[in-house]
Formats: sequence, structure tokens, C-alpha cells
Amino acid sequence: MSATNLHLFVLVVPLLSAFAVNLLGRSSKQWIAPLVLGSLAFSVIGSLVTLARVVEHGTLRYTVGNWQPPFGIELVVDPLSALMMVLISVVAFLASFSSLKSVEQELPGREPFFFTLYLILIAGLFGLVLTGDAFNLYVLLEITSITTYGLIAMGRGRAALSSFNYIIMGSIGACFYLLGIGYIYILTGTLNMADIARILPTLNAPVATATAIAFVLVGLWIKMAFFPLHSWLPNAYSQAPTGAGTMVAPLMTKVTVYLMVRVILTMYTPALVFTHEWITNGAVWAAALAIVCGSVLALGQKDLRRMLTYIIIAEVGYMVGGIFLANANGLTGSILHIVNDALMTLCLFLVVAAIIYRQGTVSLVSLQGIFHRMPFTMAAFTLGAFAMIGVPPTCGFFSKWYLILGGIDGGHWEFVIALVFSSLVNAVLFFRVIELAFFGSLADGQHHEHTPSERHEAPWWMLKPLVLTAALLIVIGLSTGPLVNNVIRLMIPIGF
Amino acid sequence: MELIIDEIVAKYNYWIYVVLMMIGFYAMIGKRNLVKKLLGMNIFQTSIILFFVSTGVKKGGGIPIVDKYQALAGGVDAATIVNPLPHVLMLTAIVVGVSVTGVALAVLQRIYKEYGTLEEDEILEKTQR
Amino acid sequence: MTPIVSIWPLAAILVSLLGALPIILSDRQPNLRESWTILIALAKLAIVAALLPGVLHGGSYVFTIAEVLPGVPIELRVDALGIIFALVASCLWLFTSIYSIGYMRSLDEHAQTRYFASFAVAISATIGVAFAGNLLTMYLFYEVLSLSTYPLVTHEQNAEARASGRKYLTYILGTSIGLALPAMLMTYAAAGTLDFTVGGILAGKASPELLALLLVLFLFGFAKAGLMPFHGWLPAAMVAPTPVSSFLHGVAVVKAGVFAIFRIIFHILGPETLQAANLGVVITTIASVTLLTASLVALTQDSMKRRLAYSTIGQLSYMVLGAGMLSATGMLGGVLHLAMHAFGKITLFFCAGAIYVASKKKYISQMDGLGRRMPITYFAFLLGSLSIIGMPPLGGFISKWNLLVGAIEGDQRLLIVVLLTSSLLNAAYFLPVVYRGFFAATTEGGEDGFKEAPLLCVVPLSLTALASLTMFFYPDMFIKLIRLALGAG
Repeated sequence: MSATNLHLFVLVVPLLSAFAVNLLGRSSKQWIAPLVLGSLAFSVIGSLVTLARVVEHGTLRYTVGNWQPPFGIELVVDPLSALMMVLISVVAFLASFSSLKSVEQELPGREPFFFTLYLILIAGLFGLVLTGDAFNLYVLLEITSITTYGLIAMGRGRAALSSFNYIIMGSIGACFYLLGIGYIYILTGTLNMADIARILPTLNAPVATATAIAFVLVGLWIKMAFFPLHSWLPNAYSQAPTGAGTMVAPLMTKVTVYLMVRVILTMYTPALVFTHEWITNGAVWAAALAIVCGSVLALGQKDLRRMLTYIIIAEVGYMVGGIFLANANGLTGSILHIVNDALMTLCLFLVVAAIIYRQGTVSLVSLQGIFHRMPFTMAAFTLGAFAMIGVPPTCGFFSKWYLILGGIDGGHWEFVIALVFSSLVNAVLFFRVIELAFFGSLADGQHHEHTPSERHEAPWWMLKPLVLTAALLIVIGLSTGPLVNNVIRLMIPIGF
Repeated sequence: MELIIDEIVAKYNYWIYVVLMMIGFYAMIGKRNLVKKLLGMNIFQTSIILFFVSTGVKKGGGIPIVDKYQALAGGVDAATIVNPLPHVLMLTAIVVGVSVTGVALAVLQRIYKEYGTLEEDEILEKTQR
Repeated sequence: MTPIVSIWPLAAILVSLLGALPIILSDRQPNLRESWTILIALAKLAIVAALLPGVLHGGSYVFTIAEVLPGVPIELRVDALGIIFALVASCLWLFTSIYSIGYMRSLDEHAQTRYFASFAVAISATIGVAFAGNLLTMYLFYEVLSLSTYPLVTHEQNAEARASGRKYLTYILGTSIGLALPAMLMTYAAAGTLDFTVGGILAGKASPELLALLLVLFLFGFAKAGLMPFHGWLPAAMVAPTPVSSFLHGVAVVKAGVFAIFRIIFHILGPETLQAANLGVVITTIASVTLLTASLVALTQDSMKRRLAYSTIGQLSYMVLGAGMLSATGMLGGVLHLAMHAFGKITLFFCAGAIYVASKKKYISQMDGLGRRMPITYFAFLLGSLSIIGMPPLGGFISKWNLLVGAIEGDQRLLIVVLLTSSLLNAAYFLPVVYRGFFAATTEGGEDGFKEAPLLCVVPLSLTALASLTMFFYPDMFIKLIRLALGAG
């Protein structure tokens, strides 16, 4: 390992640890936690170093097996990739603490298998953000998806059926992507992203190019649960084992959004994708619809986890809309929202994991009075809720700022209204929960006598990452300036 | 009319792939038996794989396996061999397809153990109860 | 004068924010906890008072907390307008803290730690609103204020408190996210900055239609100012304990709303820009309607706190009315009334609480003859009411006088009528309370004999009543600050 391929090792270490977990974990369970946490800690440090290096020196490249691009597969680390690497490693690391505890409770004896899949999934996610080859992307996309199918199927009850549904939908998405790449290959003869970007505009094949773009985008939209292609997500994420949901929910859809950004920015170049007004307008309208429908559907849910999954669907709408606004503010907001939403979702899912650990369910009815039993957990929940609603100085406010500004800049008032509507609905959704948690059982018209209810807080192991994540929400919020200026601005194409 | 028939006849392989794709898609969405859905998925993936492979075909081209020393000495005439790259890519895609099928079958086994049936509507009935 | 970079504005906010921690930690030792509260209040008042001389000489203090967005950092700036609000708020917090201790202990209320801790956070947010250097920072602290007062409003934790809390959040969060946030972003899109500048930032950059839209969005977006139809949260919030009602709703929360509107009119939209687009009428109309309606409704309320709540809604509209006149005297009157009303209204709320503590009475119809048993309280009530009505020698006279002069100067005859009518209505809903307290026969079941409220309650209310009296004689400091704020030098 040298300075030139640290970013590769960020991917390799979790991958190798996966095999180690499988082998060593069978003999003794003691091996699992150190391996998982150790490899992810290494990834966190490695990705932070890589980010610093990329910001200072510019894009890093690594050719796999020394086969030169455009024929060989190339790993490209530009500021956006580095940012995503940091995000994935931090979120996975924090989620692992909680997952270790959840899996111990829900899937006793199956930890080696669970964490093998878990680590391979994370390695796959790293690969997705690092690759510079279109077909390699497909392979890694399927790697992450297959491990996710497996993880979800390990749950109880209807999990297997939800996983199967996800398999069907996910495969359709991946196949569409593959088809799109097929078109691109026929047109350009290359699969290297930078090369495609070079060649594609010189061809005079508008219909074929448009079809290629369309297939790839629709494939990715299915994978990220963009309304109305979202039907697999609520079941899959809410019935997955808690440990799986905690890591998958914040990351999978966001990485897929990243893939869409990557495809548009690097492979197709914005000039090609945003040529037609009706494409951008249509996509923004669809995004606005996704936001509104996701929010409204969340209102009807009686289970906290399902409610959160519908909110995820609305948040995907934010990001897709932001990109298709086709202006600097929209793109900045979208990329910033990838980071912010991952953190907010992680915070909320960690809360869910803690509550499930203690009481086995997160139906809204069961949350009455939980503020007194689990004050720290609910305090973190409150912060996560504020972030989702968009209260400054949490991070959620600042990405909303850029997105709304982008909407105003582009004259897309439907998007602005959808965003404001979503904030208001989020306020209703979360305060409904907070109210239930705060008030507990009521006796009409009487003073609530202060009965000290037993404190039954989540275990320390689960509380640490939760509090850290909640604090991160504010820290990242206040650091929005440096984050945007030093990292995200580098990704905005000139002329936007 | 002539033009359309010409189009179809000239690109008959692509039309077959489209038909296969539609069959697979219909099976995935329209059929109620879970195994049939899985089969539909396989057909869908296969059609795309066939599509890819067919992009490398050349008129009169042979199998892209050449003698090493001949190639080193005299080079390879691209017109005589079929493009091997799509074949290689599709090997990967087939592997991916097989893996997904494997996982799906394992999941189906679990579903069968849990519900005793593989018909979607019967399963939904059991879960509603 | 160039602004001085200083950490004191941040210190003023942080002293009570960080102070919430010792309060929570002293949960088991009530006396220690209460002394923390007093200590923090004194410290805060000291810091704000220390910043005063610099501002009186025309200077200002800035501190940038974080550069978060291009052109819009999270920044604190202590200028003339801000320090008026901060001074009033911190001064009255000291009184309220003392009063709270007396009130909560006499009633042996539950969850006192949560109460005092939330209070500390809320006052931090209030000072944050006062010291905000741009619209984003003010919005930030405005939201924190809304959220930190929720536990206070719902303190009783019964079904009524729950419903009121819900109403509170619906009105206040709903308007700030639904109306104020888009307006803020549209302003930024048009002006490129959100800094508070004398004369506004939109001169020449916004069409009259955009200005009108922004004005309406902002006026209703800051629903803490209680402009109708978004006033419904105020009477509902009266379910909270009286010190909460008195401070937050008589002074801090509602004043933050009006302060925000002042900032919008004076330092974002700009009086000249609004004048040129003839938008002063919009402000004065909305304010007048609220004024008259609230005063009329106040007449019908039998619950003391609800009557005071509707009176507050009316008085807040006085302030907005003054600002809407867009003339120097009118605006002077409006801002001055912020200070005068604060002292007057808090006296009245303190008295209402004292009455409840001493005799458990909440309804005015039950309070006949109570004045003879609680003369100090009722005398303070008299002083407070006279200040609000606007009679000399109480401070409220000066602010209402300026409002009247402003209306006359601007030849706005309708406003003169509105002002005079509402003063009569104010008298109509306050003076009978005092009269009946002193002169009416005691209601059935009441006892005779002297039985005042506990000392910790009586002292603050007497002090604030006296302050209302004093401010009549010494209003100059406030007037000077307001003139500085309006850019008249």
C-alpha cells in the first residue's frame, strides 16, 4: 500500500474483512465486532485522507491491473467521489455499532453470515463511487443489490416476500441500465466514462443517444425508488432486519442518486442531457410530484419505520429535482442533500433501532410516553426531526436553501411549493410523534403528576453513534460553507 | 409497406430480442406464481444479453480465438473475427444473472417454508390474516 | 463608524444557553438550581448593559459565527434597534425569573427543572433574535425560540395543554416555514444579500408587485406578532403557567415577532422603498383591523389571562401600525411602544398570576372586591393598565402620543379615529377590573382581610409597575436609540 492507492484499499479492506468474518466468525463470535469496526474505521480514516488529498491535488486515478484506459478499467477519485467515500465510510461505521447489537438480538447465531453480506455491500458501495467504467458500474450495482436482497431476506415475517419483490424490481432497473449501456457501446465503442463523454457529442445520432440516456436514467430511477417506481422500498426497508435497515436506508438510495449525478455530469455531460426543455421540465414536475406524494403517503402510516421509508421517497424527489433544475444552485443543493439526507436518515434509523432493541416495535401507538423512558434517544430523534423539517442550524435547512434557490432561479415554482409543502408535512409527521412521545397516556383535564417512569435507555453501544450522529447534523450544518466552497463547487460544470 | 417489411427482415434478430424482452417483462409483472416471475426475469436478462452479443457480430466473421504466435507475428485482421468484447462483458452479466437467480431461489425456498405456497395471491391472503 | 468585532454578543446568547446545563444538573437541589437561573439572568443583563454605551454613541458590535452560505453568514450584530429589544428582554427576564420561583414554589408545580431549562434556552433565542445581523440569523433564532417555548406552553401536560401546543406549533411553525422561508429566499434571490441595512436592501431591485408579495408574506410569516388571522395561538397559549404567559407572550415571543417585522420594514424592505410603492397602507390596514377586532373581543373575555391575551394582540398591532405609517414619528411611536408595552403588560400578567396564587381565581367575574385584600397587586394593575391605555404619567403615554402625532402628521384621518377608538376600548376592558376590585362588594364565598401574594411575586410586579412610571419621565435613552436605528442620527 502506498500513497497512490490508498483509495483502493478503502475498498479492499472491508472486502477482505468480509471473508475473514465468514471464516473466523464461524469458530468464535468474538472476531466479528473487531473485524467489522476495525475495517470500517480504517475506511473512514483512509477516505478522509483521500478527500484531503483530492481537494489539494485534484483528481486521482488508478488503473486496475495496469490495463490502460480506455480499454482497461479505471478508478477515478474526484472531489465528489471522495466526498461520497467519506460519507459511506462514516455512515457505515456509525451504523455498525448499532447493527452489531440489533443482529445479536434479532438473528442470534447468524452474525457471521449477516456481516459477511454487510461488508461486501459496503465494499460494493465504495466501488460504485470509485469506478470510472460504465459496465463496471453495472457489476458493482448488482453486487450491492444482491447483498441487499440477501440481507433483507434474513428478516422475519414478510421479509422474504418483500425481498423477492425487490429482486424483481431491482433486476428490471439493472437490466434497463445494462440496455442503456449497450446502446452507448454500440454508438461509441467504448465503456470508459470519460471516453464516452468525449465521443458521444461528436456523433450525430440524437434518437439513439436519447434512448440510451433514457434507459440508463429509468434504470437508476427504479433503483433509487423515484416515484412512481418506488413500490418496492417501503416493504423492503421496513421488514428488513433492523441492523440491515440502519445501514441500507441511509446509503443505498443516496449512492444511486450519486450514480445519476455521475452519469449526467461525467458520462453524458450536462449539455447533452439538458438540451431539451421538456426533459428538464418534465423531470422537475415528476420530482415535485414525488415529493408531494411521498409526504402525503407518509401521513397515513401507523408505524414509525414505514413513515420514514416514505419520507426517503420524498427526499429522493428533492435530489432528482435539484439536478434537473439544471442550474448551479440546484446541483449544489442536490449534492449537499445527498450528504445531509444520508446523515439525517442515519440518525432517525438509529433511533428506530434503539427503540426496537428495547421494545420490539415502533408502531406509533407504542411510542406513547417514550420521552421519559428513553430521553437521550428521543432528544436525538428531535434533532433528526428538526433536520428533516429544515430548521436552521441543522444541515437539512441548508440543502433546502440551495434547492429552493435553484427552483426560484429556474422559475420552477412547482418545485419550490413542493419543497415548502414537504417541510410543513414533515413538521406535522414528526411533531405527531414527538407529541405522542412527550405526553404519554393522558387523563383529561388533570395535572400530569410527575411520576418518575423507569429509565430504560438504549444500551451504551447504540447510544454513542446516535448522539454522535445527532451532533454531526449541527456540525455539518454549520460547516456548510467550507463544504460547498471547497468540495462541491469543484464539481459544478462551468457555465452552469 | 415494403420499407417496413424490409426493416423487420433486415433486423430480425433485434425484433426477436424485443419480443423476448416483452415476454419476460410480462411474466415478471403479470404472472402470479413467484417462480414464473423469476423465469420472466431470466428471460428478460437473457434477451438483453443476446442483444449485446449480437452487437459484435460481423458478416463473415469467425470465432475470436487466434493462434498466439500468428497474432504476434502478423497482427490480427479485425474484419475476420467477431468482436470479443461484448462476449466477455456478457460473461460477467450472465454470472450476475445467475447469482441473482440463485439468491432469488433461496428466498423462494424460505417463502415456501413460511407459507406453503408460491402463488402471490395466496401468500398475500395469508399475510392479511 | 466601523463595527467593532467582539465576542460579547455571542456571550450574551451563550450565557443562558450553556447555563441550561447547570440548571439540568442541579435537578435535585432546587435552591441551587434557582440561584443558577438568577445568576445567569444577572450576567446576561450585565453583558447587554455593557454593550449599551458603545451603541448609544453610534457604534455597533459584530461577530460572525459561521460562514454558511454565500453572502449570508450566521452573524451577530448589536445595533440600536437590537439593543432596545435585548435590554427590555434581559431586564424583564430577571424579574420573571424571580417571579417564577415564587409562583412555581407556591403552587408546587411539577417538572420545574425542565421549566427553568427551557426558559434559559428560550431567552437565549430571544437575545439571538435581537442581536441577529441578517435575516437568516434572525430566522434561525426565531425558529429556535418557537421550538424551545413548546415545552413551556405544554407544561401542564394535560389534554388542553396538548391541544394548545399543537395549535401553537401549527400557527407559528406553519407560517414561518410556509410563508417566511420562501419570502426570505425570494429576497435573497433578488438582492444577493440578507444583511440588515438602514434603508433596506431591495431599493431598485424589486418590482412593486414583488415588494407587495414579500411584504404580505413576511407580515403573516412572522405570526408571533399576532396579526390576524394568524393570532389564534396567543389565547390558546394562555394554558401555560402564568410566568410563561407573562414573559413569553407578554414580552419575548410576541415581541420577537414584532421585532422581526420592524427589521423587515426598516432594514430589509426599507421605508422609502415601501413608501414609493404605496405599501404603507397594506401594513396599516392589516394592523388596524387586528387592533379593533382584538380590543372588541377582549371586552367579552371573562378569563383574566384571555382578556390580557387579546389585549396583547391589539397592542402588538399598535406597534406594527406605527411602523406602517412609514413616517419618522410613527415609527418612533411603534418601536417605543415595544418597550412601554413590555413593562406594562408584564405587570398585568404578574398581577394575574399573583391573584391566582393568592386566591386561586382565574375569572374576572369572581374577582370583585379582591382589591381590598390585595391592594399592592391591584395598584400595580392600575399602573400597568394606565400605561397600556396611554395615560400620563405612565410610559405608555409617550408611545401612544407619538403614534397619534405620526397619524396627524401623515394626515391619515382614519388612523387617528382607529387610535382614539381603541384607546377608549382599552380603558373599557381594563378599568372596570380595577374599579370592581376596589369598590365592588366581595363575591360570594370570598373572604375579607389582607392576603397578598407571596413576596417573591409581589416585589417583581411592583418593580415593573414602577418602571412603567419611571419611563414616562426618562424616555430619552430609548428615543435616542430608536432615532439611531431609523438612521436619523
